[in-house]
Amino acid sequence: MNIVFRLAWRNLWRHPKRTWLTMGAMIFSNILLVFMMSFQFGMYGLMIENTLKIFTGHIQVQAPGYLDDKKMRQTVPDIVPLADSLRRTLQNDRVAARGQAFALASSDDRSYGIAIFGVESQFEPKVSSIPGLISDGRYLNDNDAAEIIIGSVLARNLRVTVGDEITLLGSGVDGSFAAAVVEIVGVFSSGIKDIDRNIAEIPLGLFQDTFFMEGAGHQISIVGDDLDSVSELQSEVRALLPATDDLVVHDWSELQPGVKQAIQADMGSAFFMYLILVVLVAFSVLNTQLMSVLERTREFGIVMSLGLKPGKLGRLVVLETALMGLMGTFIGMLAGAAITAWVGTVGFTLPGMDEMAAQFNLPARMFPQVSALSLFAGPLIVFLFTLLASIYPAVRLHWLHPVAAMRAA
Amino acid sequence: MRLFGVLLQLAWRNLWRNHRRTIVMLSAVSVGVWAMIFMTALTRGMVDQMIVDGIKTLPGHVQMHDPEYLDDPSINNLISMSDDELEQKFKDSGIKAWASRVKVPAVITSERDSRGVTLLGIDPVAERDLMFVDYEEVEGRFLNDANDKGIVIGRKLSETLETEIGKRVVVMSQDPDNDIADRGFRVVGIYSASTGAVEEAYVFVGKLTAQKMLGIEGGTSEVVFVGDDYRNVDSVYESVVAAVDSTVVVNRWYDVDTYLGTMMNVMDGFVLVWVVVIFLALSFGLVNTLLMAVFERVREIGLMLALGMKPASILGQIIIESMLLLALGLAIGDLLAIASILPLTGGIDISFVGEGMEMFGAASVLYPKLYSNDIVLANVVVLVLGFLASLSPAWRASRYEPVEALAKVG
Repeated sequence: MNIVFRLAWRNLWRHPKRTWLTMGAMIFSNILLVFMMSFQFGMYGLMIENTLKIFTGHIQVQAPGYLDDKKMRQTVPDIVPLADSLRRTLQNDRVAARGQAFALASSDDRSYGIAIFGVESQFEPKVSSIPGLISDGRYLNDNDAAEIIIGSVLARNLRVTVGDEITLLGSGVDGSFAAAVVEIVGVFSSGIKDIDRNIAEIPLGLFQDTFFMEGAGHQISIVGDDLDSVSELQSEVRALLPATDDLVVHDWSELQPGVKQAIQADMGSAFFMYLILVVLVAFSVLNTQLMSVLERTREFGIVMSLGLKPGKLGRLVVLETALMGLMGTFIGMLAGAAITAWVGTVGFTLPGMDEMAAQFNLPARMFPQVSALSLFAGPLIVFLFTLLASIYPAVRLHWLHPVAAMRAA
Repeated sequence: MRLFGVLLQLAWRNLWRNHRRTIVMLSAVSVGVWAMIFMTALTRGMVDQMIVDGIKTLPGHVQMHDPEYLDDPSINNLISMSDDELEQKFKDSGIKAWASRVKVPAVITSERDSRGVTLLGIDPVAERDLMFVDYEEVEGRFLNDANDKGIVIGRKLSETLETEIGKRVVVMSQDPDNDIADRGFRVVGIYSASTGAVEEAYVFVGKLTAQKMLGIEGGTSEVVFVGDDYRNVDSVYESVVAAVDSTVVVNRWYDVDTYLGTMMNVMDGFVLVWVVVIFLALSFGLVNTLLMAVFERVREIGLMLALGMKPASILGQIIIESMLLLALGLAIGDLLAIASILPLTGGIDISFVGEGMEMFGAASVLYPKLYSNDIVLANVVVLVLGFLASLSPAWRASRYEPVEALAKVG
């Protein structure tokens, strides 16, 4: 074993208590960082998945401007053939065309303004979870029938059940009066009040007839393999669109900017907190190393007068810190991973978390999973800051005068 | 008392014997305390505004409805008390402000597009203090009285409908017999709110005009009450409950919006957890510093003990040293926090994550809020936990055997 290494190791254990306390600060922060990051990243993933799977999908084909304005006349022409050809070329049947309009839905004794979606009943279940959430009756199964499925809150408010008829009143794509009478065949409940109150789906063919769409629709929702491959899918689809039509492809972060930005805002505040933790650990290390250098002034004076270069002594100090840092990092990572894994099996919840979680489409009980990123990111940064903290004590050695140092009290 | 003076002086001098160590530790405490207070002020500001805005759109601290209304906000679930009756009931109840409203779902149509909205028929004079719309900030004008024939809509809605001041829109809803009730309105004002979702959701017309249009003369959907402080609405709640019978339900804001109510409580919990976590990160360094300070003074402590100083005085001396260090760090940290927050009270623009903040229910300008309570909490936690953390090194120092301590190699 290298002599410098051995020296460093022994120096570390001159004051075992001090070394353990300093490592304790590292271990404490590392456990916290590993756990919090696992929790956070897991939460972000779920937040995205749960928000997108309800309705949005990974990407959507729309007319330019439709995303912001949602105007009836911003249409995708010949939407059904286009969706068909996308399904064929992508060899992916998780592609569904939709139309969207606002209408007044009236039952015998109630009327509410709602969003009406015209959907391809055959393909909609592959991109959206709503068809699977039918709690009463069935989903749509025909492309032209005068049928509708509505949310459970809307059904309650309209005082209707499966089998009843409701009237839809709205305006068509040309601004003219549009009306239809449809039979309720199913009621869904997603548990998200806004969706259960405001959304209804009718067959796309019926939608196009009622709102004078002339074969057009408003969006084609596409779900790819996973979130990581979304940008590839996006450029693939972009290349497949007919050049004659003016169409755009939006990915989920444009379709649901709230989710992405909520994540960014949360990350921003979390990283501020992490940074403070790391800085405090660095202070702790700086203090310890400074002490250990100061109390060895005489010893350093002697070895320097025997010919040891200050640079080498400096390296010794950094090596001591690195050893301590490695141990702190390693133990912290292990403990953090163990705690996270344990919480990951039993789940984790806080009082009041169900309300908070519901706001972001999250379950009330979270199961954090350790990932490579959450395991290494925090501890690595702690380790770097630890090394940074040892620079000052190490550099100080260069100003040391052997004779003065040997005389030091 | 004299003893305390001596100990204090000893502790203070000991603190500066190794000034480098003290300065490093002092910096750590200051940064930690700064972070505690700064972060708390930011989150407090966000949540406060969220709650205040949220309560105003809810609306109000306490609200009264027909028992069916909250689940089914339709025109058939009205409160059967007239304004005169209400006036009689709440005249002397000490409630700061109250107003009654017509509030029903409706569809608004311009020549371009239509949207589902919530139609609010209000008396603008009574609403002045409890409305989320600032009358002076409205483009055009706000409603003048309950008889006003115009409509005021949100900015975002005006963009989607492609309408503007002076143009006409049609509002459709249902009357109590479920026949379509509709009426043309001229847009007289466009308001801005903290979030686009609010601007799209609510349109305002005169209360009497709305009642006439819907065929519900004298009908009211909700009555709103506002007290002095949203954190303490019980007195308002109780005086309202006492004044009405069981044909209506009375709710506090946090009963209606459980998310907001939870946010208020979670916030208080968060502040405490954050302060404690920061302290724990600091505590390792603190104990370490004290341990070292005791260790390098073993002989000296032995000497003092041998000369007859009581172990309790040694204990006190070390604890005073630790408290002095923390108090100094707290003072610097507090000052830093106040100095860094004051220039920011005009608001921090975070609109680059605006739609994300909207998901939290918060606005895109953040106004940090410095509460004396939070500063006190941070300081007390640091001092109390700091005291506990310094007990062990101090105890050790006071337990030295004088002879052994004197014999130690310094």
